[in-house]
Amino acid sequence: MIPMMKIREEQSLYTERIYEKRESPIQPMPSKATVPSKVSVRSLNFYYGKNQALFDNSIEIVENKVTAVIGPSGCGKSTHLRVYNRIFELYREQRAEGEIRIDGQNILDPSVDVLKLRQKIGMIFQKPTPFPMSIYENIAYGLRLHFKMSRSEMDGRVEQALKAAALWDEVHGKLNQPGTALSGGQQQRLCIARTLAVEPEIILMDEPCSAIDPIATAKIEELIEELKIKYTICLVTHNMQQAARVSDYTAFFFQGRIVEYGETGQIFQKPKEKKTEEYITGRFG
Amino acid sequence: MIARSLLRRKLCNYTINGIAGLASLVGLFFLAWILVEILARGGKAINWSFFTELPSPAGVEGGGLVHAIYGTFVLTVLATLLGVPVGMLAGVYLAEFGMGTRLAALVRFFSNILMGTPSIIVGVFVYTLLVIPMQGFSGYAGAVALAILMLPLVARTTEDMLNLVPNQLREAALGLGAPRWRVTLQIVFREARSGLLTGVLLAVARISGETAPLLFTALNYNFWKTSLQGPMPNLTVTIYNYAMSPFENWQQLAWGGALLITVSVLLLTVLARFCVRGRKGS
Repeated sequence: MIPMMKIREEQSLYTERIYEKRESPIQPMPSKATVPSKVSVRSLNFYYGKNQALFDNSIEIVENKVTAVIGPSGCGKSTHLRVYNRIFELYREQRAEGEIRIDGQNILDPSVDVLKLRQKIGMIFQKPTPFPMSIYENIAYGLRLHFKMSRSEMDGRVEQALKAAALWDEVHGKLNQPGTALSGGQQQRLCIARTLAVEPEIILMDEPCSAIDPIATAKIEELIEELKIKYTICLVTHNMQQAARVSDYTAFFFQGRIVEYGETGQIFQKPKEKKTEEYITGRFG
Repeated sequence: MIARSLLRRKLCNYTINGIAGLASLVGLFFLAWILVEILARGGKAINWSFFTELPSPAGVEGGGLVHAIYGTFVLTVLATLLGVPVGMLAGVYLAEFGMGTRLAALVRFFSNILMGTPSIIVGVFVYTLLVIPMQGFSGYAGAVALAILMLPLVARTTEDMLNLVPNQLREAALGLGAPRWRVTLQIVFREARSGLLTGVLLAVARISGETAPLLFTALNYNFWKTSLQGPMPNLTVTIYNYAMSPFENWQQLAWGGALLITVSVLLLTVLARFCVRGRKGS
């Protein structure tokens, strides 16, 4: 479960002030309005039971770019991401309102086929989650969900996915070993391979490196760099250096609101909002 | 402020530890006594003919309980086939689909009550449900009674074991676009498999020693019989009958039966422990 936000009264008063002072509302689009957006979020509100966790989120996620989502713990970063593939629906008490258009279709519409949606939008979680089966089967599982194919074609697709996740060289001799026997970093790349195998268009990464060591992290960052050629990536991270290194756009979340969104260089060098600057310079969070 | 006496705290600690240790020794003592007695007396009855022959007439030496061993085996297998799928599905509902709903809370509550219901009540229940309408005792009724006893046990352990599977794993599978039923059967079950097996084994161990529910349902039968129609021979009621009989050789057979059941239950329990350990090792 995502920890509930704790809003200290003084803090919330402070943000209120920021909002009042601003002359124009935040641009949900990054500065260049011409770039094509893959995901278009409009006035998204999210509730854990009676507690509202996201307030009026609007953001345009740009195609084939990496968008980093940063902010202090409990600010709603993960929550925001978890609406895109409607994974939150696993929990009865969670509820989203608003509009998320992916390729023009509002995916919060109940008529949307959630299985197809999740094929199109892969998700990588904080902790690696290999299924309790062999490395090969971990990848074949997702493939079998969505495609029918011969064994030889399956072998090819598994290899392709493992190569795309830069894991093939390390595991090709032991595809029948359990996925859980791999190291943490390898497990995370296995999860990425598993996600890539079902041919998504968007990949949501919810702090994918928080449970693994720096070297494995570097490998995954490298991988993200390669993946954005084919995929649109949203990356929630606690690590601001990571956001600066791998992302093209950055959104700063605070207390369930998107405080600032723009090109990563601009956010880190010339943040427009005082709160963003304070967070980036490490004054809180 | 005065520092509390270290000696007193230590003394208190030793006393409580001592009392707790003594209490567990008392429990173990009776368990050991029962085991030793059953082994000593039952061991004498166990021989080849015990497993291959029917009981000899009263007062005649020798004979065995092959019919009852077979009967108990069939009843237990049948009850397992009936009780485990239903119990497991109920557990799946509780852990996976009904989370937080009022119906799930209700099911869980009644399941707990059923678990605490004396088994003889279940016997009487099946008596009115099946034995009276079918106009006679039968192996079917016996199996149903045992299955009902299994239900809450299996449902409960299934729910507990599925709850141990982290939600992240469910999310990961759902995130790939897997439908909920596939996530449950192919991912969650696989992750929890040794725990589920343990639950089933313990439930089997529990019902294989039941006597009361069989008294009203399968009753007992003194000859070889494979049909489930009509009274069905079984070990526990045989033990009950023979132990009460005045005949030395029947009492011997009852001791043998008691030993056999005790050892079977013990083996099942050890097997279940073994499964749990296998899970930790992986």
